[in-house]
Amino acid sequence: MNAPVQKLTAKDYSSDQEVRWCPGCGDYAILKTIQKLLPELDVQKENQVFVSGIGCSSRFPYYMDTYGFHTIHGRAPGFATGVKLSNPELDVWMVTGDGDGLSIGGNHMIHVLRRNVDIQILLFNNEIYGLTKGQYSPTSKVGTKSPSTPDGSIDMPLRPCVFALGSGAKFVARTIDTEAKHMAPVLGRAHDFKGASFVEIYQNCPVYNDGIFDQIKDKKTAADTRLVLEHGAPLTFGVDNQKGLHLNPKTLLLEIVTLGEDGVTIDDIVVHDETNKVLAQMLAGLKLPEFPEPIGVLYCESTAPSYTDDVYQQRIVVREAKGSADLNDLLRSGHTWTVS
Amino acid sequence: MSAVEEVSNQDSAHQVSDVVVRFAGDSGDGMQLTGSNFTEATAIYGNDLATFPDFPAEIRAPAGATFGVSAFQIYFGSEDVSTAGDDVDVLVAMNPAALITNLKDVLPGGLLVIDTDAFTDKNLARAGYASNPVEDGSLDAYRVIPIAVSKQVVEAVKPFGLSHKFAVRCKNMWTLGLVMWLFDRDRTITVDNLKKKFANKPEIADANVAALNAGHAYAETAELPTGVEVYRVPRAEVAPGLYRNITGSESLAYGLIAGGQLADLPITFASYPITPASSLLHTLSGQKQFNVVTFQAEDEIAAVCAAIGASFAGSLGITSSSGPGISLKAEAISLASATELPLVVVNTQRGGPSTGLPTKTEQSDLNQSLFGRHGDTMLPVISCSTSVDCFDVAIEAVRIATQFMTPVILLSDGYMANASEPWLLPDINDYEPFPVTFETNPDGFSPANRDPETLSRVWAKPGTPGLEHRIGGIEKDFDSGDISYDADNHQRMTDLRKDKIEGIANYIPEQEVSLGNTKGKVAVVGWGSTYGAIHQAVKRCRMENLDVSHIHVRYMNPLPRNLGELLAGYDQVLMPEMNTGQFVNIIRAKYLIDAKPLNKVSGQPFKIREVETAIRSLLES
Repeated sequence: MNAPVQKLTAKDYSSDQEVRWCPGCGDYAILKTIQKLLPELDVQKENQVFVSGIGCSSRFPYYMDTYGFHTIHGRAPGFATGVKLSNPELDVWMVTGDGDGLSIGGNHMIHVLRRNVDIQILLFNNEIYGLTKGQYSPTSKVGTKSPSTPDGSIDMPLRPCVFALGSGAKFVARTIDTEAKHMAPVLGRAHDFKGASFVEIYQNCPVYNDGIFDQIKDKKTAADTRLVLEHGAPLTFGVDNQKGLHLNPKTLLLEIVTLGEDGVTIDDIVVHDETNKVLAQMLAGLKLPEFPEPIGVLYCESTAPSYTDDVYQQRIVVREAKGSADLNDLLRSGHTWTVS
Repeated sequence: MSAVEEVSNQDSAHQVSDVVVRFAGDSGDGMQLTGSNFTEATAIYGNDLATFPDFPAEIRAPAGATFGVSAFQIYFGSEDVSTAGDDVDVLVAMNPAALITNLKDVLPGGLLVIDTDAFTDKNLARAGYASNPVEDGSLDAYRVIPIAVSKQVVEAVKPFGLSHKFAVRCKNMWTLGLVMWLFDRDRTITVDNLKKKFANKPEIADANVAALNAGHAYAETAELPTGVEVYRVPRAEVAPGLYRNITGSESLAYGLIAGGQLADLPITFASYPITPASSLLHTLSGQKQFNVVTFQAEDEIAAVCAAIGASFAGSLGITSSSGPGISLKAEAISLASATELPLVVVNTQRGGPSTGLPTKTEQSDLNQSLFGRHGDTMLPVISCSTSVDCFDVAIEAVRIATQFMTPVILLSDGYMANASEPWLLPDINDYEPFPVTFETNPDGFSPANRDPETLSRVWAKPGTPGLEHRIGGIEKDFDSGDISYDADNHQRMTDLRKDKIEGIANYIPEQEVSLGNTKGKVAVVGWGSTYGAIHQAVKRCRMENLDVSHIHVRYMNPLPRNLGELLAGYDQVLMPEMNTGQFVNIIRAKYLIDAKPLNKVSGQPFKIREVETAIRSLLES
């Protein structure tokens, strides 16, 4: 009988490199959660690959004792696609940020999502450029004061989950940097999903954008500011879950109602169905202060084919049809003639 | 029934050693199809040949417009042919625009086959003719065959019940039939091609075949002008063996597949459509039976990044584009250089700058290849010289990329990519394999370990237990491969990268002389698709005992180690280039010799005569 395989721990996934994020950065907590999660997944360590672009979050691969590729700004989706195309057995994780993934790399993000390349995409959203010292990002709230917007930013931010759904993503979720208990199962599901899974992680930047998610993270306010999604459960929130989301049939908009008031019962509350894309799109657009912000799995369409699977499937079909793969035969195909 | 037998008994046959024929018409007239069918028939007849398809950037320009003229030129003869020829002997002009834009290249006394049905007032005006040149005597210097082709075609295809529109479309085949009679070509191949092409529309196939035969019969039976007779071009003496016609992009694609096999590696080919490079993507996409995955990315940048990602994962990543696309890939190519991953970057050059002349040829991206990146990013650069040469150069690119763990830039151009020539088919088993060895041993492993001779870094692919490591664009420690901002280390790594690329000179062949002697009065030094024009020009000069030799460089960086010494053996060095003088500046700077430029940037290849004139004037100076 074979000796039992020694179970790996978070320590086995920690590289020998000194972690160089600023003290208090949300990235530390994410790193720790992922280092703890990976030994629990049914994947050999040597088959795990972390690919990143450029930015604070993109330093992530250096701290994981897996295969890793720190690439160029915004282009991680291209590299990750190439890795997966080359060897579909690899478990590919892509780490990016709001600037890397949605500004310079926005186009690539659209296409890696619509193609449904079988990788996990972790977008650390801190609504600011950290590595270049604090300029506003495409997710910064209007009015963000930064070195490049001293009088406040004026352009409208985009919502990463709305972007992902609009791009055709089949798995879209949101979680919070310091909440390992929420993040680990969400990332576990992202990992198990066959296709491009997109996870937005609210991540605090203590130096350039400190506290932007405090309202959602603070235990005192969290009950009213976050909507914890659970497939099949009603969309309730608030202390004692006394509030909920109701779909107004006239406006086709979600609105907040209170259970027990105006005859509202639990049957009036929308039940979360993560396979419903219309609902996912409505949820992805909810934001403070009008609404609580959803965390958890917004959307999961598990029946969609993954691009990488299809590429190899198509190759099998072609090979069966064409038969031989002899280069000399290929060179001699078409019209040939002999000179004697 | 063989067309060859029919005419070979005719006494009127007129023997010539070589001929240039050009088919010209609207971009929708099917001139490229006509040309390629004539090419096949000519190859099978046994002439040596070279072709030059020249088409506009517009897919379907307005009918009759001069900017929409599409042409296909073929030069064939009984001696070795290496260019598409200088002056046109026979011009087929399907409309006034085709005539006015091509007449200047026709020799006095040349033959003009003209479709008079297309010479309407409207088309004449659109082409800029004040009066009809067929009638006003302005073509008196030529032998003109005016034929109402459309009427003839409509009559010929009547039995097949096509609409007038579809019937008239067969006129290119009618004209081809006529030209095939002129040169005693066999129509069998064309008939087969038409049946294959229109397999799902047999009535269209039959109509085209009927048009082809009708054109042939017309030439045979009609009273053609005096002096118009069957030309006999004796078969060329070429090496025995099995041949086919091949374009540069096809042979490049096959060479990349061959390179992958010789390196024992799967290929991931990632590209984005761009003229004139797309045909490489098309060809490889149709070869899934080999160990090739193709990926049409969302843009040029994603394409090169996917190729590099594939190389990281243990395939050979290849990307392909033309100049503007290569500019977009520059940042990623530098990452591949910094991380020392193999990558082949194919640049099918076109006229620049910017969008420039997308369908025309130029070799103006040499500077970009050598210098077009940030930082001290030196790369090997190699170039193809003919359509057939693309096969071997592609294999060389794969060899250098994988043996030295570096991106390699492979330069082709629009002329070579589209032009076809006969290829004496090689046996892939005759090529020396160069299999890649991946690192698998964790003992003492560092991603920075390298071969002390080649300085090539180890290649450890994901999926290998115990070799988990990280790479990236930040400067790396010489020994451990970890991030390092150390000043001395950066100097050492920069020197290392430079030494590695320069050292490749020890692993490539020494420069040989293509034609002529290893010393003398004049060396004509070229690179890329100018090969044919230089070769013929030097050959003609040497037949008159002029002391001139031809040197054609494949390895643009690093240059062959004996090149400087070789060039020093000539009194004068002449360097024809389809740019403003990029390689000549490299040679002047590197070897401190007074090499003379000969530049042409018209979007057209050099004519033999242009190179010949430059040689003569240099010898007389």
